[in-house]
Amino acid sequence: MRYIEPHGHMVSRTTDDYTDMAAAGCACVCEPALWAGFDRSSVQGFHDYFCQLTDYEPKRAAKFGLGHYTWLCINPKESEDVGLAKDVLGIIPKFLDRPNVLGIGEIGLNKNSRNEMKVLEMHVDLAARSNQLILVHTPHLEDKLKGTRLILDVLKSDSRIRPERCIIDHVEEHTVQMVLDRGHWAGMTLYPESKCTAARAADILETFGHERLWMNSACDWGVSVPLAVPYAALEMRRRGWSAEQIDSVVYQNPIRFMGQSPKFKLI
Amino acid sequence: MTRQQVLDLYFMENRAKLIDLAAFLDRVDRATGDADFRLDAFKEAMQHLSDGKSDRAKSVLLSLTDPTTEPIEKAPGKGATGAWPGAK
Repeated sequence: MRYIEPHGHMVSRTTDDYTDMAAAGCACVCEPALWAGFDRSSVQGFHDYFCQLTDYEPKRAAKFGLGHYTWLCINPKESEDVGLAKDVLGIIPKFLDRPNVLGIGEIGLNKNSRNEMKVLEMHVDLAARSNQLILVHTPHLEDKLKGTRLILDVLKSDSRIRPERCIIDHVEEHTVQMVLDRGHWAGMTLYPESKCTAARAADILETFGHERLWMNSACDWGVSVPLAVPYAALEMRRRGWSAEQIDSVVYQNPIRFMGQSPKFKLI
Repeated sequence: MTRQQVLDLYFMENRAKLIDLAAFLDRVDRATGDADFRLDAFKEAMQHLSDGKSDRAKSVLLSLTDPTTEPIEKAPGKGATGAWPGAK
């Protein structure tokens, strides 16, 4: 089996994880910028993180035969400080020409506050001005539905944004249809305790179709499983999906979305 | 898949989850002190399991969700609790 991990925070993972993913058939990993688990104290912290994402981590992935792509932003969990966010947005353009940068992400909302909305709009403007793909984080748990609606409205209100160039991640049963109805791609995150299980993800694929859906592990420093995508593929096989159908979801769909960036090429 | 196939694949796994759910509620009952809003929200969400309607997963998610539509003034923190405190 071959697959692509379209959302993995590999700076948080070990070399064993890279080995396991490569052995399981992973062709490449794509790493959106995330909250580190603590607030960075200055824009310099983000500069160093963006250097890590665009320079060091691709080399680490390459040692295991994996391509590495990334998305840049200040994560919604750090968006309450609008001043810091403006500073961070100011340095992102310097990194957009790096060969592994696919776009702006994972932007979005966390607690659905007014400052988070301002920072989201600034990111969307940057993506529109620089013709970047967009990867969106939707809020957790009780905040997801409201946040997803607010995010969709922000994207719709900017006429420069083409829906098919945005993926709205972490959808669940109560948000997937509204995302697809707006013409966006939708991502399902496979987590042990929140978001989707493999069985629910397969349910969603069977209910809503798999034309514009992908699955990811979003593995990071929290409870998460780097092999969640191949495990979900096994779940699909158990339910009678053919190898070709599984391939279309776990391999072809990420290529179809990220291939909209001319930089995205498999090794 | 046929219903028989679904049962063959998933019955044992979900039987275990059902018993775990029952044991969780027993554990809460045995514990001391007051429960916060999450327990009521949890019990409310459970009603959707036996209401005979389809889309149960969506209904459970919606019942644990903030139904308001306007952004809040300031983020109170970064975490989520899994239920909306305003639900009654």
